[in-house]
Amino acid sequence: MWSYLFRRILAVIPVLLVVLIIVFLMLRLTPGDPAANIAGDAATTEDIAQLRADLGLEEPLLVQFGIYAKNLLRGDFGESFYYKRPVISMIADGVQPTLSLALFTIVIASVIAVPLGTLAAYRQGTWIDRMVMGFSVVGFSVPVFVIGYLLIYFLSVKLEWFPVQGYQHIQDGIAGWAYRLILPASALSVIFIALIARMTRTSVLEVLNEDYIRTARAKGLPESKVVMKHALRNAAVPIVTIIGIAIGILISGVVVTESVFVIPGLGLLTLDAIQGRDYPTVQALIILFSVVYVLINLVIDLLYTLLDPRIRY
Amino acid sequence: MTDSNSTIISAESAEAIEVTDQPSAWSRLIRNPGVIIGGLLLALIVSLVPAAPFITPLDPTDISPRNRNKAPGYETVHKDDEGNKYTVVAHMGTDKLGRDVFARVIYGARVSLVVGVSVAAIAVSLGLFIGLMAGYFRWVDAIVMRIMDGLMAIPAILLAIALVSLSGATLFTVILAIVIPEIPRVVRVVRSIVLSIREEPYVEAAISVGTPTAKILWRHVLPNTLAPLIVQGTFICGSAILLEAILSFLGVGVPPEIPTWGNIMAQGRDLFQIFPHSILYPGIFLTLTVLAINMLGDGLRDTIDPRMSKEI
Repeated sequence: MWSYLFRRILAVIPVLLVVLIIVFLMLRLTPGDPAANIAGDAATTEDIAQLRADLGLEEPLLVQFGIYAKNLLRGDFGESFYYKRPVISMIADGVQPTLSLALFTIVIASVIAVPLGTLAAYRQGTWIDRMVMGFSVVGFSVPVFVIGYLLIYFLSVKLEWFPVQGYQHIQDGIAGWAYRLILPASALSVIFIALIARMTRTSVLEVLNEDYIRTARAKGLPESKVVMKHALRNAAVPIVTIIGIAIGILISGVVVTESVFVIPGLGLLTLDAIQGRDYPTVQALIILFSVVYVLINLVIDLLYTLLDPRIRY
Repeated sequence: MTDSNSTIISAESAEAIEVTDQPSAWSRLIRNPGVIIGGLLLALIVSLVPAAPFITPLDPTDISPRNRNKAPGYETVHKDDEGNKYTVVAHMGTDKLGRDVFARVIYGARVSLVVGVSVAAIAVSLGLFIGLMAGYFRWVDAIVMRIMDGLMAIPAILLAIALVSLSGATLFTVILAIVIPEIPRVVRVVRSIVLSIREEPYVEAAISVGTPTAKILWRHVLPNTLAPLIVQGTFICGSAILLEAILSFLGVGVPPEIPTWGNIMAQGRDLFQIFPHSILYPGIFLTLTVLAINMLGDGLRDTIDPRMSKEI
């Protein structure tokens, strides 16, 4: 098992290296002069030449990559062209709002979806099951910004139950922080409720057909105990699998949701950076999101071995 | 082009399945509620493409300052080519430049469907080619799969946004930017099928009698990938339409003068508290389209590719 863990952790390195290369090449290989792209339309020829020198664009590609990789390894993401601040400090500012939104979303989604999926599996073929599955298909198809604006329009503008947009830092009061996160997190959680409910239903269904469930019923356990203690617990492992898919959806969802609800997190930072042609920031954010994605998938793989003692490599 | 292609594919795969499955897959397909409802809804939306000029007399790009920001139901005044005035009821209101939202939504179906179908066709063909190569030639596999793993690790939306903003926003770059993150998903499916088919006795037999590799891939491996690829292609089409709308909505998609559902919503953002129709109506159309495609995809998966229905 230790050799498996070791190999699995090592396998992350080539993936991250490829991510670095793709992000590096993206800026260099797109049509046009990257320095002219960065400088924008108003720049003079001298500005562009200066920028080319500053960026080291005159060096051979391989040397450029060496410098870029070395800086990244030292944790130096460069300075924002736009805000003239170290990129790393801008990222640090955005972590709290984004993480809060993501956590809130996952909590809301799990609390609703797991019971819903279990119920659907347990009452397979009934109207409850059909409703849950129908909702699941619809939930996959409604874009998060449409849900977001619907919620804002009805709950904030019409009923005035919630603030329209914005974010409050947790240090300025937990109540306000949570209150302002309810709408954005609800909007973003719809697709996860669809995903998790469907997956829970499938894996609970599979478990319900197992022999040990029949045994549990045969020995006279109440149904609630059969479902809670035997079915749901054994169904948990496959549910963990979708976290990998979910993280991908979560990252894109966060970008859109932050834009709709004006939450000053990493997603809004990415969009601002792209619109301001702030390439060091864009580069750093894409790498950061990718590293998070790869690492979470690594942790999930490792969790398998702990969660399910039957899996031995 | 896509029409004739899809009929060939579905006819072939239906035949292939009829041999293996007990009740005819084709009859199960046309009895599947997802396929029927999704298919009908999609047909309705596709019919908007040729029918648009007959549904509304208005040009979706016509700017008219006097008709700015009107609520749904308002009668807007327009001039025809001879200068005669006529009025049209703005069913969905107008936007801040006085363009008719109904006309823009109806014409917006064109762009969305073009993006969806092109992305699906390009991603599936490129992914099929790369996947066949990776699955069949071991030395290609090592390199290609590392690149695919790397591409998969970058969130699709960020990759697409970065690609569009770097290469300039046109319809073509948007399509390309959505294709690139989708390719690895196709490659993975194709590769896993090739890997399992490669061990089959009939492929071994073909190799042993000296069949050229290209012919083995074409005759024995390719047909096995068709059913999963039709399903995959359908889902890619849906997610491409969604991604295009997101890109346009965020202001990094198709140029703003082209009417797309995402663009209409993007332009309705500043005034949406007073005029929610600019976001609501394109949102409904977008949702229904993606819903129709997803229902069709679910139905196709359950009937022509039952192996995949256990995943997700």
